[in-house]
This record gives sequence, C-alpha cells and structure tokens, in this order.
Amino acid sequence: MEEAPAQTSAAGMRLGMRKVMVLVPGVVVFAVAFGAAASAKGLSLIESLLMSALVYGGISQLVAMELWRPEWSWGAIVGLAVVTATVNSRMILQGASLQLWFAPYPKALNALHLFFFTDANWVIGTRYHAEGGRDLGVLIGAGLLLWVVWIAFTGLGYGLGALVSDPRAFGIDLVMPIFFAAMIVPLWRGRRAAVPWVVAGLVALLTAKLVDGYAFIIVGSLSGAIVGAFSHDAA
Amino acid sequence: MTLPDPGTWGALIAILAMAVATYLCRIAGVVLMGFIPLTPHVRRGLAALPGSIIAATVLPLIERLGLAAGIALLAAMGSMILRRNELLALVVGMSVIAGLRARGF
Repeated sequence: MEEAPAQTSAAGMRLGMRKVMVLVPGVVVFAVAFGAAASAKGLSLIESLLMSALVYGGISQLVAMELWRPEWSWGAIVGLAVVTATVNSRMILQGASLQLWFAPYPKALNALHLFFFTDANWVIGTRYHAEGGRDLGVLIGAGLLLWVVWIAFTGLGYGLGALVSDPRAFGIDLVMPIFFAAMIVPLWRGRRAAVPWVVAGLVALLTAKLVDGYAFIIVGSLSGAIVGAFSHDAA
Repeated sequence: MTLPDPGTWGALIAILAMAVATYLCRIAGVVLMGFIPLTPHVRRGLAALPGSIIAATVLPLIERLGLAAGIALLAAMGSMILRRNELLALVVGMSVIAGLRARGF
C-alpha cells in the first residue's frame, strides 16, 4: 500500500523528456562516436547495439573500446568488468545523492528505473529535485528517451564508421565535462556552499596525479561531501 | 574444476559483464544510503555531493585535456550564466574547443 505522495506520472515523464531535450544533441554526438569506435574495433552491429542497450554508459563504453580484443579469456573479461566499475563508480555517488527522493518508492520500481540512470538524467533530476520537484516520472522519462537515442545513434555511428574518424577534433571528449560544468551554474548557492566543491576538485586533481585510472572521482567527491557534512553554516 | 574457455561467446560475455558491473554501480549508492541514518551531518554531506561530483570529475579532466579544454568549459559556463540554456552552453563549448584544436592548441 502506498501512502506517501510518491508520484510517478505520465505528465512527469513527458516533462522529463522535454527537460532532457537540451542534452540530446550532446548524447547524439557521443553515441555516434561510440558506434564508429565499435565498428573500427571489429564489434558486430548487434554487439555494439547490445552494449549500448545493456551498459548505457558512454565513457565506460569508449574506454572498453580501448581494451577490446578479438579473443577473450576469463581474466580479460573480469579485468574489463573491473575497469567498467571504476569508470562508472561516480554513479554510486550520483545515486546516493538522490536516495532521499527515491526512498518512498517501491524497491522494485527503484531497481527498474535505476537501470536507466545516467549522467544526463542525473543532471536533469538533480536540478528538478533541487527546485522542489518530486515526480519520479521526470527522471524516468528523461532516462528512457536518452536510452532510445543512445541506442539509435550508436547504430548510425556504426554505419558511418570511418567518416567520423577523429571525434576528438569535434570536441566529443568534452561533451560530458561541458554538461557538468554548465550544471554548476544552476547549483550555485553562494561562495560558502561552494567550499566543498573546491576541496573536491583539488583532492581529485591530486589523486589523479598520484593514482592511475578513475579513482579520483570517488576520492574527490567524498572529500567534498565530508567537508560539506562538517561545515556549520551550510544553507 | 575449470571453466570452459569463453570461446566464441567471449564478446557477448564481456558485454554482459560490463552491464552487470554498471548496474551494480547504479544501485549501490541508493541501497547503501538506505542503511545510513540521516543525521544533520549526513544531510549536509548529501547537499554538497552533486557539486563535489562535478568538480571532482571535471577539474582532473581539464588538467588531462589541456588549456583549450579549460577555456571551452569556462566559455560554456559563461554562456550558462548569461542565458541558462544547456544546449547553447554545449554549442558554445564545442565550438570553442573545435576552433582552438583546429588552430593547433
């Protein structure tokens, strides 16, 4: 029995799709870049589409293309899974940051919609939630729309293949950083609230210097959260 | 007892392994937070988390990708301050980086 106003409306889903439209062009170029990289690495079209549908994590899929091989041993598969988990470990914290919103909903629904949880709908959902919105449909609609776009344009990129030989020249490696940097603006709550962010950034920089891979995201973010937790005058 | 070699199924198993690893990341933070009591400290920590994730992701990337990337991100943020439009911010950022890279930065 549901008693909390834990809403998941069709109107919310449509709102989420509208809100996420501004991020679609970025996701499209990213998906095309992945599709092209996959075809260059010798994946079949079905394998490329399957990876986009099941993994649905752009950066981890591009990193996987650097590690892709024609023959697989169990060791190599485990290695790939570990690298994927470290690249996507930011999702652990992104999920944690929205847990208060998800808590009143049924576990099965959360388990289902989190499959479509990704950077772009986290950006949209975080902003919507910070503005007081509570309809989970917004997050789900945004995630579903991007999932379809992600798969479709993976296929297109696979077909174009060599035509998009140097995605770097078009700045595709900057799509996600640009989304993230742009999101700082609506999240801004004054200088004092930004102190943890500065700490997070500096600790991440230092960690990236000292440790290979993507551990810097987790270490930096947690440092920022800890500073935030113990700062007294947080809004 | 040893597992049979992945053989022709290797690529498919690799994709499935990536999918499982990613899904576990998606649910882990939500499940974990369900067991952590919401003290005022935890609340403040959670409030600081989104901006911290962004700073911790973006700053090292700028350091890796170079000055041109930093300029492009600043341009995108400037556009966001003036217009509050993510699509415009993306266009501005991508144009700046493509332009700078075409000039050899």
